[in-house]
Amino acid sequence: MATDYRSREESITLSSEPVGESHELLSLNMGPHHPATHGVLRLLVTLEGEIVRDLKPIIGYVHTGIEKTCEDKSYWKVIPCVERMDYVSYYFNAMAFCGAVETLMGVEVPPRAQYLRVIHMELNRLASHMIWLGTSALDLGAVSMFWYCFRERETILDLFEMSSGQRMHTRYFQVGGVIEDIPTGFAAKLRKFLDAMPARADQFAALLEKNEIVLQRLRDVCPLDEKTLLGLGVTGPLLRAAGNPWDLRKAAPYSSYDHFDFKIPVGTVGDNYDRYRVRHAEIYESVKIIDQALEGLPEGDHITTDRKVALPPRHELATSMEALIHHFKLVTEGFRVPPGEVYYPIESPRGELGCFVRSDGSAKPARVHMRDPSFSNLMATAPMVKDAYIADLIATLAMLDPILGGIDR
Amino acid sequence: MPDATGLELIAHELREANPDCVLGTVFFRGRAVVLADPPHVHEILELLKAKGYDFLASLHGCDYYPEEPRLGVLYELLDMKQVDRITVKARVHIDAPQIASAVDLWPGADHPEREVYDMFGVEFEGHPDLRRILMPEDYEGFPQRRDFPLGGEPVHFTYNEGQYNGKSG
Repeated sequence: MATDYRSREESITLSSEPVGESHELLSLNMGPHHPATHGVLRLLVTLEGEIVRDLKPIIGYVHTGIEKTCEDKSYWKVIPCVERMDYVSYYFNAMAFCGAVETLMGVEVPPRAQYLRVIHMELNRLASHMIWLGTSALDLGAVSMFWYCFRERETILDLFEMSSGQRMHTRYFQVGGVIEDIPTGFAAKLRKFLDAMPARADQFAALLEKNEIVLQRLRDVCPLDEKTLLGLGVTGPLLRAAGNPWDLRKAAPYSSYDHFDFKIPVGTVGDNYDRYRVRHAEIYESVKIIDQALEGLPEGDHITTDRKVALPPRHELATSMEALIHHFKLVTEGFRVPPGEVYYPIESPRGELGCFVRSDGSAKPARVHMRDPSFSNLMATAPMVKDAYIADLIATLAMLDPILGGIDR
Repeated sequence: MPDATGLELIAHELREANPDCVLGTVFFRGRAVVLADPPHVHEILELLKAKGYDFLASLHGCDYYPEEPRLGVLYELLDMKQVDRITVKARVHIDAPQIASAVDLWPGADHPEREVYDMFGVEFEGHPDLRRILMPEDYEGFPQRRDFPLGGEPVHFTYNEGQYNGKSG
């Protein structure tokens, strides 16, 4: 299969002009398999010496057509598909989709389920930030951070395994609630983790923030102002690092986020150091949220009692004909959703994750679209690293925290 | 979200600027949608941006097969100060899938518009660099359209190399 890559990419124009007469521009491919690209991302970089003059991200290498696949699955079978989009923050994908379908159907989610969702989402945020911190520090040369961060992540994944049986892509969130209540021992183990985590985060800060090399690599490197970021559709920690406190958990609370007391960390200048600091500060806030949610966990159902939407409890199947019929209907055809369109945005670890669902009244969605924050945030790479050193490009990409599974879908 | 009355007021305001630009409004599950006439969508976006809906949260496509006009382009706008969202929807015919690009209003519309072009074949006029983004450059067809078959893509392995003459699909 001889493919002429040059002719394929003739349409790509590199806009930069050389500055001096003697300077020559060099086009360099970074990726798709570069360890510092955090996934299968290819960057076509135009270099003048060591300075980045232009950058074009080329994506699509892990495009698997998940949105198309979703159109052929009944609603509850879509959940494991969308979880595989942004594979580091799977609970958020499931939440955005379930929230959209619940809005379409007008299903009420019981308070206990909402709290359990918050606990798992914030744990997932911690796990996601752990991956980000570990791999970013690795890119900057701080190898030991990687092991410390992944140790914390392991504990979180153990908790996920306890509550759902899976470490990743848990399919724990269902339309109407969560699939199971948390098991005995979960709360105690979570409590132990919550007690340890702030001290661990202190240690991470002590390791990184007193390190001259890390500071020189991050401080005043590749800043981007709030206005440009907003124009590019950037949300999440990147926008907050530039001083805009936009966070959907506070601005438009969903899943009872308004019950919890937490702060939104913001930066001042929007450089790489601020991006690091904002995410690091979010670790403490997430711990605070989980702590409050665990403390105030309401009693009651973990999933809606509407049998048209949620599976009946297993024990009812042996005694109730009606439960058996509902069970059969749900696992064969699935539930039908009234026709309409909704867009359900939530705050993922990377910014606004919005799920657009269109229903045509059947048991399968007519369109599922994820507005993935990484997809929009990636557009900010080029203005960020323009006229910066190529080494700073690596640091900036690390602080951008793109997840290619979410970008390509 | 503006409530149903607020949406009507906005639609009225838009109609005052240009009587033909708004085809209708939909208010469903707390989501306000302005149905825009495709030739005037840029005008509407500009007016809404000036009104405070100045953040383009999402831009995506949707195929309304078998209804006509089939291809929909949806703009999810956000007003961060009032914490208010509004959706602008423009539907174009599959035979003339042209619509004005919003890149001049929001540079962040660049990649989403390329994705809509890639997946649905909607051509954004005035887009600086409209080419495929997720699918290979030499790919034929628009995979997110509803009449595009699911699972029809042959997978290349060493043993069937050459079988597809270097063509994917």
